[in-house]
Amino acid sequence: MPQTLAEKIIAKAAKVDHVTPGEIVTCHVDLAMMHDSAGPRMAGAKLDELGVPVWDMEKLVVITDHYINKESEGFDDIQKHAQKWVADHDVIHFIKEAGICHVVLPEAGHVKPGMFIVGGDSHSVTGGAFGAFMVGIGATEMTGVLATGEIWARVPETVKIDVTGKLKPGVAAKDVILKLCGDHGIMGFNYQALEYGGTAVADMSVQERMTLANMAAELGAKAGYCEPDEKTAKALKEWGAGDVDINTWRSDGDAVFAKTVTVDGDALTPQVAAPSSPENAAPIDDHLGTKLDQAYLGACTGAKLDDLRMAAQVLKGRKIPSGFKFMVAPSSNAMGKQAAEEGIMQIIEEAGGVILPTGCGGCIGLGVARLEENAVGISSTNRNFVGRAGPKSSKLFLASPYTVAASALKGEIADPREFL
Amino acid sequence: MNTIEGKAWAYGANIDTDVLAPIGSYQGRDMLAGARNCLRDVDPDFAYNVQEGDIFAATDNLGIGSSRETAPLFLKTLGVRVVVAKSFARIFYRNCFNIGLPALVCPEADKIAMGDQLSVNPGTGDVHNQTKNETYSCQPIPEHLMTIVEAGGLMPYLEARLKKTT
Repeated sequence: MPQTLAEKIIAKAAKVDHVTPGEIVTCHVDLAMMHDSAGPRMAGAKLDELGVPVWDMEKLVVITDHYINKESEGFDDIQKHAQKWVADHDVIHFIKEAGICHVVLPEAGHVKPGMFIVGGDSHSVTGGAFGAFMVGIGATEMTGVLATGEIWARVPETVKIDVTGKLKPGVAAKDVILKLCGDHGIMGFNYQALEYGGTAVADMSVQERMTLANMAAELGAKAGYCEPDEKTAKALKEWGAGDVDINTWRSDGDAVFAKTVTVDGDALTPQVAAPSSPENAAPIDDHLGTKLDQAYLGACTGAKLDDLRMAAQVLKGRKIPSGFKFMVAPSSNAMGKQAAEEGIMQIIEEAGGVILPTGCGGCIGLGVARLEENAVGISSTNRNFVGRAGPKSSKLFLASPYTVAASALKGEIADPREFL
Repeated sequence: MNTIEGKAWAYGANIDTDVLAPIGSYQGRDMLAGARNCLRDVDPDFAYNVQEGDIFAATDNLGIGSSRETAPLFLKTLGVRVVVAKSFARIFYRNCFNIGLPALVCPEADKIAMGDQLSVNPGTGDVHNQTKNETYSCQPIPEHLMTIVEAGGLMPYLEARLKKTT
């Protein structure tokens, strides 16, 4: 029976030959990731209430990334608690304040094609970029996984997202996903799995594919993934995952998709999502010249090494207006370090940008990148809901790293193509 | 399962987790103090006036956004005993059941207005709107979730399951 990659992974996790969309199955989890917000202090504390050990310590990764950098009172206590829980339970894989969980999990070699992974965060879908099936879950559900290694799943229909042609200079994966948000809305693919493919996706780096997978959450999807290829294998090998199987973990040629949605990559222009939802995305022309108070390049979605490279292409040799706030928080320390070695961080600083420590920070309204009352910002993050990145009176536009950098240069929403 | 009778707090589409549980509103100590921030950016009256037994109603895509469990926990802490919506965001939907708050998919949830007096039977899926004298049929709670509802949430369900196996 032909199956999509999503169905194949779920069937393997459920220890059956095949699964059908709509079916409820019990899956055995290959890997569980939790962070300092919903992890030790919530899911971990509840596991202790149950009085049982973690089902398989080799399969748990704990990452601290949310309440770090002393951005608010009480954060130190959360970190101390997380570290104590990790020590008390002899957690094997603990990644401490080295970057944002969705980026450092694959960077540390934990993600491989074909894995069924759960993460205690809605953007856990990012792992799909590597041909894994990765879903976000809440804290109590994580407790269930920690105790039993199992979770129920409703087998989703799979939708094929075909990004055709070739993206133009200054257009990125972020523009593809914002276009999808604008066209289909934030519940456009509720409960479904998205398989991103087509020539433009084949051309993308794995980091760009992570942006597509990450924002499957902004389309209501249960998961978003790309079939693994040579680029996947190369990146994962560099990140310590060893040799991975990129041949088994593909959709069958005659697999049944609920539908196919096409994005014309050749015709795509930079997109901007207006406040206060990713689904308010539209071509950048609708917003050119909108005055801004700050620009932020950050989060799992928008400050990976490739994102920083995009920004540097725009910023090189130019300066932002004096007094304008432009802040950059790399998605991980390793990526920030690599960017520094490539001269990218220097380009950003010479342009007038301020480098912040890695972490979730500004994306969730923490730290110095938090929007002030009535402030208008643009950022490369994934969500701009009311009250997320600043107070109710603030407004946030979402865009690609290219567009955020170009907008920083002009202090208003600007088209990056004029700088490339 | 008991019928829940109470006043409806009715909202529209895409009530997201950032408005249900704004960032920083709960740092692990006082759940009720945290819950007072629930919907503060949409309806500041809600968290101070909602009563034990009240019913939270919304139209499409309730709970879109983060996996934060405080979103349904705040509702439960404030006294909400059942959530009724045309459609749910998937993590929020699962979180509701996991914390012992039944969530009903009700295609006619948009007929519920703020302040309507409702009686809801999560077992049968019947929602009776006493104010309008209308009855709406919700989709039955799936069997695997019903066992979690009947246990009172995932934690009591797990406790019972782990006891059985040891």
